[in-house]
Amino acid sequence: MSFTLDSKVPEGPMADKWDNFKENGKLVNPANKRKFKVLVVGTGLAGASAAATLAELGYQVDAFTFHDSPRRAHSIAAQGGINAAKNYKGDGDSVHRLFYDTVKGGDFRSRESNVHRLAQVSVNIIDQMVAQGVPFAREYGGQLDNRSFGGAQVSRTFYARGQTGQQLLLGAYQQLARQIGLGGVTLYNRIELVDVVVIDGRAAGIVVRDLVTGEVSSHSGHAVVLATGGYGNAFFLSTNAMNCNVTAAWRAHRQGAAFANPCYTQIHPTCIPQADDFQSKLTLMSESLRNDGRVWVPKNPDDPRGAAEIPEAERDYYLERIYPSYGNLAPRDIASRAAKRAVDSGAGVGPLKNGVYLDFSAAFERLGQPVVKERYGNLFDMYERITGESPYEMPMRIYPASHYTMGGLWVDYELMTTVPGLYCAGEANFSDHGANRLGASALMQGLADGYFVLPNTISNFLAGWLNKPIPDTSHEAFKQAENTARDRFSRYLSIGGTRSPDHFHRELGKIIWDYCGMERTEEGLEKALSEIPALYDEFNKDLRVTGDGESTNQTLEKAGRVDDFFQLGMLMCKDALERRESCGGHFRAEYQDEDGEAQRDDDNFAHVAAWEWTGDPMAPNRHQEELEYEVVHFQTRSYK
Amino acid sequence: MHSVNNITLKIWRQAGPNAAGHFENHTIESISDEASFLEMLDILNERLIESGQEAVVFDHDCREGICGTCSLMINGQAHGPQRGTATCQLHMRKFESGDTIVIEPWRAAAFPIIKDLMVDRAPLDRIVEAGGFITADTGGAPDANLIPVPKPVADASMDAAECIGCGACVAACPNGAANLFTGAKLTHLNLLPQGQAERFARAETMVETMEEHFGSCTNHGECEAACPKMISIDVIATMNADFAKSKFKNRKKLSRI
Repeated sequence: MSFTLDSKVPEGPMADKWDNFKENGKLVNPANKRKFKVLVVGTGLAGASAAATLAELGYQVDAFTFHDSPRRAHSIAAQGGINAAKNYKGDGDSVHRLFYDTVKGGDFRSRESNVHRLAQVSVNIIDQMVAQGVPFAREYGGQLDNRSFGGAQVSRTFYARGQTGQQLLLGAYQQLARQIGLGGVTLYNRIELVDVVVIDGRAAGIVVRDLVTGEVSSHSGHAVVLATGGYGNAFFLSTNAMNCNVTAAWRAHRQGAAFANPCYTQIHPTCIPQADDFQSKLTLMSESLRNDGRVWVPKNPDDPRGAAEIPEAERDYYLERIYPSYGNLAPRDIASRAAKRAVDSGAGVGPLKNGVYLDFSAAFERLGQPVVKERYGNLFDMYERITGESPYEMPMRIYPASHYTMGGLWVDYELMTTVPGLYCAGEANFSDHGANRLGASALMQGLADGYFVLPNTISNFLAGWLNKPIPDTSHEAFKQAENTARDRFSRYLSIGGTRSPDHFHRELGKIIWDYCGMERTEEGLEKALSEIPALYDEFNKDLRVTGDGESTNQTLEKAGRVDDFFQLGMLMCKDALERRESCGGHFRAEYQDEDGEAQRDDDNFAHVAAWEWTGDPMAPNRHQEELEYEVVHFQTRSYK
Repeated sequence: MHSVNNITLKIWRQAGPNAAGHFENHTIESISDEASFLEMLDILNERLIESGQEAVVFDHDCREGICGTCSLMINGQAHGPQRGTATCQLHMRKFESGDTIVIEPWRAAAFPIIKDLMVDRAPLDRIVEAGGFITADTGGAPDANLIPVPKPVADASMDAAECIGCGACVAACPNGAANLFTGAKLTHLNLLPQGQAERFARAETMVETMEEHFGSCTNHGECEAACPKMISIDVIATMNADFAKSKFKNRKKLSRI
């Protein structure tokens, strides 16, 4: 074993752990902070907030993004909101309740201490973002408004119309921009990480490729933070942005960072169904719509009538029927599987019979169209632009799609990976959501990591390196990593086959979706594990990348990303195969009760699976971090 | 499902910032009207790659109309013919069989072409770096409900904050001005109670940085018409008022203004 999984959870009762850490962690004094350089890769919520805060503290920060501007990351597309245990509604919310809901929502597969810290700092996030000028929705009296979200029985979700992610990202981007203007952060845009360099067991820096000139170069630092998002695009079709990829996390994994729970992927229940084969991505319709929309399918699968003509008695409001206490607000994994069952049973709606209705007619009657429009107008407009149908006139059609990945690089309590000095924040790490993420928690986690956790934990590592020399980019290891990267990109250009990177990505995505998507079986996963390597061989022989390596070449960029998705895809299937239970987003058909609900196996699988790279993507080593629950006790997750 | 047939594309190709550019013609024989405009370009690119030609470079990412990465002048209109819609949300059902579609990059002196349809919009970031923020270091924020923000104020601020930073306003402007972009950010921040402390300093530094990079506004209103978020040109009036005040108001007496 080349690493040990020491979670470094602080001592003390759950509610005191974070304070205990902050009281006892090592600090770097303000005058010494400028002696340390921190490389932050990715400028989404987690990366931008981390880079800005580290620079405010006085560290030298280099920030890297493959976008043209740090304002573009896919955090921007989050619609619904951000959770915080403010209890402004006086409906019984508390840090403990948010913590409890998140552990339960994660199906008892997350690390309790991390989740508790997340719930604690959630309140600071709202304060911070309001101070920065995020225009959250307000009541008429000027106080902040809240709404409710799946998996919770309180209203704790703060929102800015249907663009909460946009407003939060712009808030973090503006703090980052301020630091760039002040010289605290040096920004490198249109630059992609292509390798992580580890020297003497410590992260020494990164190798990057300039997406405009193709130039490969190195950056060294005292610590490296990867805030590079999730890997949902492994499925090809997902709600992720087109450029989201796993490359940074995967390259770190290949250099010794354990990859945890890759099979925990979230399928979001409310996306616009696929319309055709050429579709490039799926679009999410915020889960917040389920506050006022009712999900149904016709009782008669062959009902030829339009939605409006089908009388109440002939509609199956299946979520309200099966889960009366949570109804349309059942958590994502449960709502997704229920939709899949409805469509698989033949009751699907729409031209391809691949969706279910999300109907607002009851809300129009109860609240009136203007109120509904105020809440969801921009989502309704977006739906109409994509489908050509107006949700004011007929129900939306929705179907689940890959949306978020709970798995990611393994990190300890301090967000450090198994490589000392290499940190991972936001969706890219595995830490807080267990096997399923609750709605409005991704924004919360990204900002918690970047604003409040990392800036506090990183000094505990850096303090030990004060006034000690670190290798610079002239070190042999950097040169070697640069050459390896150059060779890799030259190889893609020289294969000279017949098919584009997108072709292989689409085929790979189909395999992963079919066998490692919403429902998995041993047989299917075995099949995927024979098909993916075969397709990977073909990729390596028949790939065609046109253009050159000396100017912008999006085909070449894509080839590198698809290469990494292939290797990740094998690990996802391996992990799903080895996890012989159903939990959260990981549903193994063999492990379900008579009602079709997930059956966890707490005796054998209450652990994190952290995978070690061995050089062969088909033969990784599996390590385990046992999960202990001091406060929240195992129970069957029921939303009935 | 319907299809749109026999589309002629005239696409701008340019190998680099200093290379000469030219239009290249391609024909799309048939495409579903459910396809998005960018999916049409994806299909074209896949065809180009598999026939050994270089794919057309264009910026895009979220394809949900929110990240602001996509651009494209389509038949001379920034983001194409559909009002309030970014290129990525434009669908082929908005076109007719037999149409010729001219696709160009943003054309503005401040946005040099990187390659084909991709331009460098970094000057927009310079404007934000100059003052498009509220200084609030992490950790010291008071309780979020301490300062009430009246709903009409929050709503007006949010209307301006919806800007996605795509640069369509600059591309559409005959002068290549960035007043709608800058006005939107200033209005977002300057309307809020939290934004008052830096209100005039912000107006001054942002406007002056804008003027270093971009042309001047002469009230054509093309920006508002092109904006995929339909941001009102009123934000420019708000900006102008605050910029003018920044020059004569005594900032020591800010609380008396």
